[in-house]
Amino acid sequence: MLYQDLQSTNLVEVCMALTVVSQIFPREMIPAVLPLIEDKLQHSKEIIRRKAVLALYKFHLIAPNQVQHIHIKFRKALCDRDVGVMAASLHIYLRMIKENSSGYKDLTGSFVTILKQVVGGKLPVDFNYHSVPAPWLQIQLLRILGLLGKDDQRTSELMYDVLDESLRRAELNHNVTYAILFECVHTVYSIYPKSELLEKAAKCIGKFVLSPKINLKYLGLKALTYVIQQDPTLALQHQMTIIECLDHPDPIIKRETLELLYRITNAQNVTVIVQKMLEYLHQSKEEYVIVNLVGKIAELAEKYAPDNAWFIQTMNAVFSVGGDVMHPDIPNNFLRLLAEGFDDETEDQQLRLYAVQSYLTLLDMENVFYPQRFLQVMSWVLGEYSYLLDKETPAEVIAKLYKLLMNDSVSSETKTWLIAAVTKLTPQAHSSDTVERLIHEFTISLDTCMRQHAFELKHLHENVELMKSLLPVDRSCEDLAVDASLSFLDGFVAEGLSQGAAPYKPHHQRQEEKLSQEKVLNFEPYGLSFSSSGFTGRQSPAGISLGSDISGNSAETGLKETNSLKLEGIKKLWGKEGYLPKKESKTGDESGALPIPQESIMENVDQAITKKDQSQVLTQSKEEKEKQLLASSLFVGLGSESTVNLLGKADTVSHKFRRKSKVKEAKSGETTSTHNMTCSSFSSLSNVAYEDDYYLNTLHDRGDKELKTFSLNSELLDSESLTELPLVEKFSNCSLSTPSLFADNSMEIFHPPQSTAASVAKESSLASPFLEETTEYIHSNAMEICNNETISVSSYKIWKDDCLLMVWSVTNKSGLELKSANLEIFPVENFKVTEQPGCCLPVTEAESTRSFQYSVQIEKPFTEEILSGFISYHMMDTHSAQLEFSVNLSLLDFIRPLKISSEDFGKLWLSFANDVKQNVKMSESQAALPSALKTLQQKLRLHIIEIIGNEGLLACQLLPSIPCLLHCRVYADVLALWFRSSCSTLPDYLLYQCQKVMEGS
Amino acid sequence: MIKFFLMVNKQGQTRLSKYYEHVDINKRTLLETEVIKSCLSRSNEQCSFIEYKDFKLIYRQYAALFIVVGVNDTENEMAIYEFIHNFVEVLDEYFSRVVNNV
Repeated sequence: MLYQDLQSTNLVEVCMALTVVSQIFPREMIPAVLPLIEDKLQHSKEIIRRKAVLALYKFHLIAPNQVQHIHIKFRKALCDRDVGVMAASLHIYLRMIKENSSGYKDLTGSFVTILKQVVGGKLPVDFNYHSVPAPWLQIQLLRILGLLGKDDQRTSELMYDVLDESLRRAELNHNVTYAILFECVHTVYSIYPKSELLEKAAKCIGKFVLSPKINLKYLGLKALTYVIQQDPTLALQHQMTIIECLDHPDPIIKRETLELLYRITNAQNVTVIVQKMLEYLHQSKEEYVIVNLVGKIAELAEKYAPDNAWFIQTMNAVFSVGGDVMHPDIPNNFLRLLAEGFDDETEDQQLRLYAVQSYLTLLDMENVFYPQRFLQVMSWVLGEYSYLLDKETPAEVIAKLYKLLMNDSVSSETKTWLIAAVTKLTPQAHSSDTVERLIHEFTISLDTCMRQHAFELKHLHENVELMKSLLPVDRSCEDLAVDASLSFLDGFVAEGLSQGAAPYKPHHQRQEEKLSQEKVLNFEPYGLSFSSSGFTGRQSPAGISLGSDISGNSAETGLKETNSLKLEGIKKLWGKEGYLPKKESKTGDESGALPIPQESIMENVDQAITKKDQSQVLTQSKEEKEKQLLASSLFVGLGSESTVNLLGKADTVSHKFRRKSKVKEAKSGETTSTHNMTCSSFSSLSNVAYEDDYYLNTLHDRGDKELKTFSLNSELLDSESLTELPLVEKFSNCSLSTPSLFADNSMEIFHPPQSTAASVAKESSLASPFLEETTEYIHSNAMEICNNETISVSSYKIWKDDCLLMVWSVTNKSGLELKSANLEIFPVENFKVTEQPGCCLPVTEAESTRSFQYSVQIEKPFTEEILSGFISYHMMDTHSAQLEFSVNLSLLDFIRPLKISSEDFGKLWLSFANDVKQNVKMSESQAALPSALKTLQQKLRLHIIEIIGNEGLLACQLLPSIPCLLHCRVYADVLALWFRSSCSTLPDYLLYQCQKVMEGS
Repeated sequence: MIKFFLMVNKQGQTRLSKYYEHVDINKRTLLETEVIKSCLSRSNEQCSFIEYKDFKLIYRQYAALFIVVGVNDTENEMAIYEFIHNFVEVLDEYFSRVVNNV
């Protein structure tokens, strides 16, 4: 039905079909309709084009791999005559840029021009909302620019002008302009900073924060929260507003303010901020809020705690309020902190002692219920550190724990914690009736776990010496050496054997014997059924597993697990550090509220006040004064001086200075160290390039086309030496957008930049000698990836049978001796990079070349990844420097032919669960099957197993050993591809590569 | 990113709902009652944005009708707030006295 509608000539039908596709569509059916929808991108009606783009956006959301090959078409949509189509394509771009911003830097110019035109009111009036031109479109574009310009000075420079214009234009006093302003501020603070823009953005935030409208105030707080990480001084400007918001009747505003304070917390203001957070915590009932806030308080307390008492008290509050809903990491981290301690031993002991004391007082209180997690923490701490107490004997502590054990509201999990604590304390208590009573009571407990613990305690209790050596005092952090071979049992085994016992057989041996026995007993009919169940059907667990441990395929691992030890249901109670805190959350008992450490916090505030005595106490009402005091304690340590300035004016000066200096610093940093992410960087050269860039743009504006650009490029090529070639290539890439005029609505068209231009310069002419190994394997051409005046680094790939070998060769161009050079690769999640021997070079003489070899293993399939790292070297004249580089790795680098027979193919085919099918159109040149397969063999390194009529069988493997099979079938000019693999994601990626190859050739 | 769009009247009856992310049918009713409850509990002086679980609600009241939009954390609240108004203006173009009739 849908298929018919999509092909219909009736506009309405097509529209409806496209709408349906973008609303409800199963992932598996995408390949069936994809070509039809792609065709609709060229439809003459703009509404169809727009809906087609939106349908593709939906596909991109649910199955990004399947639409990868049409990215070029999205570019066309971005430059569509119709604004609606262009706006629709922005959704896709926002998404893709969020995932990988580096791949779309070349479009920055286009986005900037679009935004310029939108802001300048070039759109049809229909797009206006309350006389603001296309506000949501603007917001979308600003977001995209923010992502593109992040940490990238060159790209950011392109957008400064338009951002400035946006900030200026959005002066209209309407809500929607505030929305745009907010997004603008966000973008300005996301991209590489420019002081003038930052100043304007800061002013905007001020407008928001000071607004009487509550919604704007909220926005202002949100913006401040974002901005404050980069510029904490801004908080000082608005401190009085923040204080007011802290006591705002609207809890949402309060919450946002706390979020803001959380970001500016430091060692000086932590007590006040945590106090405010706890106040809020006690008022709120929503579980989500509590979990969130409790986590933050615990983090702040661990980071900035001023003293032991405060830390323990705060954590007590956290545990009693957060109770059983909080993240299990919080109690775990807390216990680890206590156990491992800091550098200072006496300090640690004091902290532990304080914790023990505070828990004992808490337990003394009658009729207070604590959450289970809190009780567990208490029991561990009491068990480990009660020995620090002078007054109370272990017996008394045991008595208290015993009382808890008898309490019905305590869960059985907590009881095991308690009994473990009692066990630890028993050797220290000389004699205790309580322990005996406890043993007596729990050895008959119905709970097996409790009974087990009680019996352990009972037996240990009979032998106190053993118990003391088993449970030493304060050894929770020491590593236990576990004798995994159980060698201490050797004597016992020898004795057993000498008495005629059968030797131990491992599990698999026993099973084999069992099977062989079965075979002996087997009669005809059984034999048949046995052999038939062996290899048919992919559901048979005996199916061939081809070393697919890494495949990540859930079905496979599931099968595997049945053979190995099942650890899921078993609690891990003991570990390196002794008794492990448990991770399960228990459905909670009521949490008893705990008094907040009022006194200690008040003390701290007092201290803060005395510190700030010299600060200006003006003649103001009492309330005002209180607020100012609060402010001074909140914003301690944020200003440049220790005293806090409450007057706005003086403050702006200091902060202006600060911000400017920051930018300067960054710039000078750029020039001094030859430090650039992508390619070569000479500060002087980049200036030249920048001017040229500008020149290019003006050229474009006059309507001149690529011709001039190229001539300019070639001029540059002539005039400069080889070293800046990559640079030339780069800027010609990013500035090649050539605007022309729109046909109907006077909007400009953007040509997608042609990234292929000027790539001639890619090949390095510095002939670096290849390693001997290269002769044996296929390798890529050496490519210069980065250089400066002294060294030049080029790299090439060697596709070895078992891994990808990356070779970086460093050539010393200067006449000086290179003392040492080190290469380091940044860790990437998808790879495992291992250094090959012989890669550090001690001394590199002048004008010579050395190589670093790294073998790269893939951990998870991907399409394209960037491997980056840096070379640090040390010259004779003692100046050391760093040079960054990055190399693109494609999935194809890790694909190797898999040479198997047709029978093996058949067997494997049945055993693989993951498959992907897709039809690809073949170009005329490769219409016949053999030629198509040849392309796949050459470009993708697939192994052709057999060609039968119009079908072909191919196989390959992803290193180290994930096989993937491909079945091809040709009818008319369509090639039907059918992939199967043990890995769930690999077929998708391979399919994408196939499509690229088939379309490209 | 918008997660859902709701039109609810003051009595708490849902007049229109559209989900852009899958939510179980039986969970929807629960979600809608909770959402409208938190909207009704807010006064005029309080801001139109509510933090609810791990997402945000943005609401606007027209006579007896509430329009509530649920968005994720990265969304621009004010843009959505105005978007609701735009939506109502469009409805108003097509149907007269739109808010009173719902």
